[in-house]
Amino acid sequence: MTQQEGERTPLLSLQAITKRFGPLIANSDISLDLYSGEIIALLGENGAGKTTLMNILFGHYVADEGGIWVQSSEGTLEALEPGTPHAALASGIGMVHQHFTLAENLSALDNILLGTEPLLKPRWSRKAARTKLQALMAKSGLEVDLNQQVSKLAVGERQRVEILKALYRDARILVLDEPTAVLTPQESEGLFKTLELLAANGLGIIFISHKMAEVLSASDRVLVLRHGELVADLETSICDRNLLADLMVGHSVDVPTRDAATPGPATLMFRGVSAGTGREALSNVDFSLRSGEILGLAGVSGNGQGTLSKLLSGLEQPTSGAVELHGTPLSRNAAGVIKQGVARIPEDRHHDGIVGAMSVADNLVIEEIRSPAYSRFGMLRFGEIKKRAVEAIQAYDIRCPGPSARARLLSGGNIQKIVLARTLDQEPQVVLAAQPSRGLDVGATAEVHRRLIAARDRGAAVLVISEDLDELLRICDSIAVIHRGQISAPAPTETLDKQRLGLMMAGHPANKELAG
Amino acid sequence: MIRIEPRQNVSHLYAFFVPVLAAVAALGLAAIPLYAAGADISSAYVSMWKGAFGSAFAVSELLTRATPLILTGLAAAVAFKAKLWNIGAEGQLYVGALAAVAIGSGAINAPPAIMIPLVMLSGMLAGGLLMLVPTLMKTKLGADEVVTTLLLNFIILLFVQMMLEGPMKDPMGMGWPQSEPMSPEATLPKLFARMRVHWGLIIALGAALLLYIIMTRSVWGFEMRALGENVSAARHAGIPVTATYIKVGLISGAMAGLAGVSEVAGLKGYLTSDISPGFGYSGIVVAMLAGLSPIGVIVAAVFIAAVFVGADSMSRAMSVSNYIADLVVALSLLCVLISSVFVRYKIRFITPRLPKAAREKEI
Repeated sequence: MTQQEGERTPLLSLQAITKRFGPLIANSDISLDLYSGEIIALLGENGAGKTTLMNILFGHYVADEGGIWVQSSEGTLEALEPGTPHAALASGIGMVHQHFTLAENLSALDNILLGTEPLLKPRWSRKAARTKLQALMAKSGLEVDLNQQVSKLAVGERQRVEILKALYRDARILVLDEPTAVLTPQESEGLFKTLELLAANGLGIIFISHKMAEVLSASDRVLVLRHGELVADLETSICDRNLLADLMVGHSVDVPTRDAATPGPATLMFRGVSAGTGREALSNVDFSLRSGEILGLAGVSGNGQGTLSKLLSGLEQPTSGAVELHGTPLSRNAAGVIKQGVARIPEDRHHDGIVGAMSVADNLVIEEIRSPAYSRFGMLRFGEIKKRAVEAIQAYDIRCPGPSARARLLSGGNIQKIVLARTLDQEPQVVLAAQPSRGLDVGATAEVHRRLIAARDRGAAVLVISEDLDELLRICDSIAVIHRGQISAPAPTETLDKQRLGLMMAGHPANKELAG
Repeated sequence: MIRIEPRQNVSHLYAFFVPVLAAVAALGLAAIPLYAAGADISSAYVSMWKGAFGSAFAVSELLTRATPLILTGLAAAVAFKAKLWNIGAEGQLYVGALAAVAIGSGAINAPPAIMIPLVMLSGMLAGGLLMLVPTLMKTKLGADEVVTTLLLNFIILLFVQMMLEGPMKDPMGMGWPQSEPMSPEATLPKLFARMRVHWGLIIALGAALLLYIIMTRSVWGFEMRALGENVSAARHAGIPVTATYIKVGLISGAMAGLAGVSEVAGLKGYLTSDISPGFGYSGIVVAMLAGLSPIGVIVAAVFIAAVFVGADSMSRAMSVSNYIADLVVALSLLCVLISSVFVRYKIRFITPRLPKAAREKEI
């Protein structure tokens, strides 16, 4: 402890935390102090160790070295028992996970009480709870209909329930893991206003992010993690984008540039397509994709993007209308769609993109395993498969121990490169890329973008579905918005900006915004 | 404090030795019930060893017992590899045996070169088609195959009893519920004179080799493995999911059906409703011990057979109940399942250590 910090007792103090997973050092000697009324941003690329650090704080992992200290009610620091979320909760640490942990079939109020009140208490004192929550809502500006069933709440409202749950448990330290990942820009702004209010009321807040814009606008202090090490602990006021980017990556990254598109004829046509059910349903969608063009599809997740991806992947069929590729109907199964020349980069690359227990080589050829190039008389051609793998590993710079390494062991960026290599090297006519850079570091993201632009320049029609507006504005030639199963007419990227897209994502028609 | 953490990498050596150690541990734990039964433990193990490996006759008995276990082990291994949980090998074995006696007990007369393949094929077909039912119920209706295959076992066993009491009862059987005997042309020859071990063993070894090649070297095997490891990625990559499940189900059922054929055509000569002392279920233990590898199944089946045969002979010599064999088999399954936790996770004993700085701060 240095002297100037010793004057105020921090709310929370992490001391020399080190955590290893086998040979990987996820956190190396990380120390941080969080003071009352402060908002800290934990910035870092995917795999930098942000989430590991917060999981240690919350007791999901135990640090190999180091300890956590929390201010007690007497104002002195007390050691937090490692490895139990229970102790973390009891000492006033509240965590809002990236994927919410709410029971969908219960009301917001029940979700907040669940796990907070003893299970065997004869009757929950709902009235007292409600009064306490009303007071909290008034103080923090977190408005939620407590009686509403969670399944009926929008994503932003669910997040508010999560925060309220932490506050109800008298959290003094609030940790939010990638809180804006599922929000529209407007909702994100609202969230950060709330956080400011909470900090003003004396809470200490840590939020994890890899988006520099929100870190710069919403935090008091930035801690940058890189490869498990704390590389910077700076006042936000003295930071700028370039500084943070350099700190995050450790070197400068060439962002791929995009020349003006020369779109060809329409390749893929949606004609009055309806498909899917529930929130993800598409209703009567008409749009077309031109060759030599990257079309972006912006939208808050769960507005029909999933159904659209499944349609183009051959995993779901339209209930009415037709999807046509070069005038012929799109095949109704995945193998047929691949043969028709549609490359699909799935949103959840671990779940849908690779078979983790199989080798890198197997994953590189899995879509074409029945082609004569890789099998003959039903038997695998190991030599050809290996040759292809070695070639792809080199061409795409897939960092792995070798072609026979299990794909699961690779980082997210390298897994995405496997998917890119196997789909794009088939020279597809249509490329569907769903959240292609989600969770990837800056370098891998640039690589993904370069490959998509190259596919466009080769004449492919590229559809990029993304929630990351910066990404869309950077690589797309035109952008459409998907909202409640409807797709707006695409507009050239040059005519759009984040604010306008944000409003359209929230359901406001584009022209109304122009008039206002 | 004890914590369980997933292992990042599992070395092949470790993955190989753990089932071996599990088997040893299971044999070791068998000392407890042996002691409880009042037997002299060291001589019990000696007589168990002698019963399994002590003479040419013992080895022949061991291999005779291993034959159906290899086949039911293969049935489980192939299905489990694709995460199709076929618990119904017992029923598939019985329909295989039933089909064998239906064809081979005089309904058709032909030389052995035709009869034996025909009987094998009919048994495999019967077992495969029986497994096709739960497989289709899984792919079309989402019915859990653990439940459907397990329950089918009881239906089939009762059906076999009905057939043996009724239409297929041997009129010369002195009233016993048993089928007519297999014709000599449909009978699998013995491997050696005056030994019970028969050609079924060679067929089982051949099946293991064939399945090894299919699973590791063919497109089908590739697709089955992909399906078992990540069905949603497999579907996304264009692998025909339903067709692959059907192939797996047919092959798995066929292996169990072949076990039934081998028992009636190679060993017993006719079908009774107690022809299998639970080979279908023991096959699951065999497959798990083998780590679902078709070649490993041979080794594991020999081990389980040795336990059965050895414990049988030991129980006679030591006058303890021969249920001890079932107990050891059950213990080995439990040991394998528990040891698989050790393969996938490591147990760490943690003493919370505080860094020096933090300790000073406390004071």
